[in-house]
Amino acid sequence: MARRDYGLLGPDGVRAVETGLAAAEWYHTDVPRKVMKDLMQRSDQPAIRDTILLYGCMIAFAAAGIALWGTWWCVPFWLAYGVLYGSASDSRWHECGHGTAFKTPWMNNAVYEIASFMIMRNSATWRWSHARHHTDTYIVGRDPEIAIMRPPAFIKLIGSFFGIPEVIDFFPRMIRNALSGPTPEERTFVPQSEWGKVQRVAIIYTAIYAATLAAAIGMQSILPFMVIGLPRIYGAWHHVMTGVLQHGGLADNVTDHRLNSRTVYMNPISRFIYWNMNYHVEHHMFPMVPYHALPRLHEAIRHDLPAPNRSIAAAFAEMWPALRRQLAYEEFFVKRALPPTAKPYREDFHRAALGDMPTTTPDAIPAE
Amino acid sequence: MMPQWIRACATDDIDQEDLIRFDHGGATFAIYHSPDGAFFATAGLCTHENVHLCDGLVMGHLIECPKHNGQFDYRTGEAKRAPVCVNLRTYPVRVDGSDVYIELP
Repeated sequence: MARRDYGLLGPDGVRAVETGLAAAEWYHTDVPRKVMKDLMQRSDQPAIRDTILLYGCMIAFAAAGIALWGTWWCVPFWLAYGVLYGSASDSRWHECGHGTAFKTPWMNNAVYEIASFMIMRNSATWRWSHARHHTDTYIVGRDPEIAIMRPPAFIKLIGSFFGIPEVIDFFPRMIRNALSGPTPEERTFVPQSEWGKVQRVAIIYTAIYAATLAAAIGMQSILPFMVIGLPRIYGAWHHVMTGVLQHGGLADNVTDHRLNSRTVYMNPISRFIYWNMNYHVEHHMFPMVPYHALPRLHEAIRHDLPAPNRSIAAAFAEMWPALRRQLAYEEFFVKRALPPTAKPYREDFHRAALGDMPTTTPDAIPAE
Repeated sequence: MMPQWIRACATDDIDQEDLIRFDHGGATFAIYHSPDGAFFATAGLCTHENVHLCDGLVMGHLIECPKHNGQFDYRTGEAKRAPVCVNLRTYPVRVDGSDVYIELP
């Protein structure tokens, strides 16, 4: 098989459209309407509580970091602030982008804009890229949010734990967006009516970073960047650690989220930072269910899903060997066993993607 | 061809603040029962991508698409939240006794 072309203007994307793989109908576990309606109900209370806790902790940690600046005692406070800035902002961006975190729309929008700035994503562009990610999850040439491509680029992946490739990509893109609106690739998924907004957002971001730079020059200190900008680097590791587990090492070019997404049980702190996106099969199958209801959704449909990984470490133990195998065999992926209570994968439908490819269950990964 | 009134469902087929799918003549529609007891009808597929709205969530007078969380006012069909940009087609509805009819072209 030819090497994958992940470009949104490339031949794989064209082929996905021609074969009906793009914008296809995806598998859903049957859930009674009354149960689903209950799970989809919106509420402001959980997200208000979590947002007060998040921003309160950020203010406290930053204040301590500034107060202790110049001593080693500031380090743990900056590390904690960084994770909340550079990682929790990813999940807030995500959930508020869906509009499901809060019941009240302006609250979703406010937290979405703040989080987008912190995670260095143009809030106008990325709203649309994520819609495409849900339409064509891990469809090569269609999904603009494929975190680990095949063969995996390990250097880039390791760099992402420090936000390096993303930051390197962000600033020139921000300037370009500010000067001329979306790039040609971005215009494939951002509707023309939103192009002006993409440019306005980029101008605002540029102004904030310019003001931060001016403050740093004025103070002759990097302290302003410790508060704005740099935490996207020194606090990115947690959202990358959890984010790569969402789809890493699993199938692509399929239309069943049980094949291309992963649910992982996590500790309460990681779940707070990640806002329950560890229930990732559930989230993709039913994106209207708010983060606070995902544990209940998991209980409702787990009979139809592969067994979740028991911890972050267990999930990495499943994913990492698969990624290493993909260096040599691009077609390799982990195919998890379904419980006897589940509806089977549609092998006939996925034959083009899964047919004769070397796949494995987690406990039977071939030796390298 | 003259518009026709077609029976879509019974009034108690739809809970208040909910919707059901109704297929007729090769097309698909969504029939809504609003919180204040009125009935409405729209095209059954989201204008963003061809997703059935019947699996979505009715909140007041809004229907939210189950795939991308775009929202429409189902009374007017107006697109209210990204990623939907194109309004939803609406159809006249009348209630006759315990039956809900929609007018189709």
